[in-house]
Amino acid sequence: MNRFELTRLPFIKKILKSRYPQLAVFIVMLVGYIFAILAGLIGSPVGSRNFSIVFVWIAWWAVLILVAVPFFGRGWCAVCPIPLPSEWLQRGAVLSPPDKKPKWFNLRWPKFLRNIWMQNISFLLLALFSSVLLTTPNITGIVLAAMLVAAIGLSMVFERRSFCRYLCPVGGFIGLYSQTAPIELRIKDKQVCVTCDGKPCYNGSENGYGCPWDVFPGGLTRNTYCGLCMECIRTCPHDNIAINLRPFSADLAKPSTRMDEAFKAFIMLGSSMIYAGVLLGPWGTFKDAAYNVGTSVWLVYVIIFLAIIFIILPGLFALGILKTKSALPLKQRFASLATALIPLGLMFWVAFSLSFVLTNASYIIASLSDPLGLGWNLFGTANAAWQPLLTTILAPAQTLALVGGLIWSARTAQKAADKIKTSSIPVIAFCFMTTLVMMWLLL
Amino acid sequence: MGSRFFLLLLVMAGLVVAFAPLPVQPIAPLERTFRIEARQFAYSPSEFRVNPGDTVTIQLVSTDVVHGLYIDGYDVSVEADPGQTTALTFVADKAGSFRFRCNVTCGAMHPFMIGKLTVGTNDWLVRSIGLALIAICGFLPLSSFLSNKKSSENR
Repeated sequence: MNRFELTRLPFIKKILKSRYPQLAVFIVMLVGYIFAILAGLIGSPVGSRNFSIVFVWIAWWAVLILVAVPFFGRGWCAVCPIPLPSEWLQRGAVLSPPDKKPKWFNLRWPKFLRNIWMQNISFLLLALFSSVLLTTPNITGIVLAAMLVAAIGLSMVFERRSFCRYLCPVGGFIGLYSQTAPIELRIKDKQVCVTCDGKPCYNGSENGYGCPWDVFPGGLTRNTYCGLCMECIRTCPHDNIAINLRPFSADLAKPSTRMDEAFKAFIMLGSSMIYAGVLLGPWGTFKDAAYNVGTSVWLVYVIIFLAIIFIILPGLFALGILKTKSALPLKQRFASLATALIPLGLMFWVAFSLSFVLTNASYIIASLSDPLGLGWNLFGTANAAWQPLLTTILAPAQTLALVGGLIWSARTAQKAADKIKTSSIPVIAFCFMTTLVMMWLLL
Repeated sequence: MGSRFFLLLLVMAGLVVAFAPLPVQPIAPLERTFRIEARQFAYSPSEFRVNPGDTVTIQLVSTDVVHGLYIDGYDVSVEADPGQTTALTFVADKAGSFRFRCNVTCGAMHPFMIGKLTVGTNDWLVRSIGLALIAICGFLPLSSFLSNKKSSENR
């Protein structure tokens, strides 16, 4: 497959090798992140007038799901501010060469948790409370603060970026969908890594830190767990690491056989459908149930939510592939063929987010002038009226996303089925049925 | 050559489904009135359907706090104080499905206080289902044709 090595361009290579540009972005992001926490805790309780809601759930979410993930994969993880304070504590430095002596306990992450089940659970926990989280500034502030504290706490006990790799609710799905992105970090020549002394990309050297994501770049075949932190570009003594442009969804040609990743695909697919119905649909009963946390109707909502994600969708999928001929056991077929749900889920999220973001984007203009909702008017735009944007192109754009996602997932299903020598038709039929449901919910 | 022709046919069929005008049954326009109750965070009824050309009057009644009703695509709105009824009249001259939503901040779930107005046929739903059918019905034979071609070339 064709690749273009971006790091061949001296300007890009220089920017990536230097720590300063990334640190500058980190600091801006960290300031924004801390301001979002403060705004959530001390600002107006009206979500549409509070920076924490408007900039996190409208502006950041739009950039993340419509641009960053589809085009840059884990590009957000490369500039996410959450690991900055923890790495400073862990290393005792931000820019200076690494100290060999660990600052804290520096334990290995427990082996039985070296998967993304914890990320699946943390995402679901947020998802079940999402109606409150998305609309209540102080809850958003508390959750953002909790993520920062959890990252710091884990970094003092465990080595590297354990929070990002194993717990972050956002990192889990970014990793899953980063496989579709047209960008990758890979080695140039495998033989160079085989003969390399000390493997500084993984263990660190005087030029930089060992991979914070606990990945040996020499073995990278998928984007899922590479956080694009660029540390290996700095440490590799043989200039053997490249950032490449590549065709979309190149990683999906090698389907995963891991159940945690397969269920991540179901969790994301199901959540987008549930959100489309509950948040954007006309049914007030569902909204009441999702919002009134702790009540009996909310418990019913939780049960239905979990049943859709863990029983109905995977059950229908498994039923579909049950009778297909294959030498592989059902579990392995299930995990491999679930790869087809990755592009479908991403495009479901794009279609859902287009509606949510275009309707509410005008709040950003007002919030810029009055980020805490305290009556300021910094740029004269505090009283900008709410106005949905581009409503005439919304339905065609959603149709394009959903039909495009269906074609993309059908092609992925065929490739995955060819790999394990089975039929792709049940998977394509499943994708078709779920796409029809999503169309009915959104259009 | 065959696969290119088939792909061209699929694209053309897709363009027809996406952009060709849908058949419309001529129905004499009526004057129609709907009483819609608004409460945190739902409308009742939350969905209603009219025919293209109908003159629609919405009587909005708020049962708790101040609510609004803004119709996407029509760019018209109305607000109602608690216990008050206010009316909005417009001609439903655009076919399709339109969300209507509260445009007065009314509480936490305000951004999701949404209803649905359908004028005639929900044409983007019909078109998207048609496109999905074309995509799947066309994709499978095209894809297997290409796979067969590739494997015969490899032999």
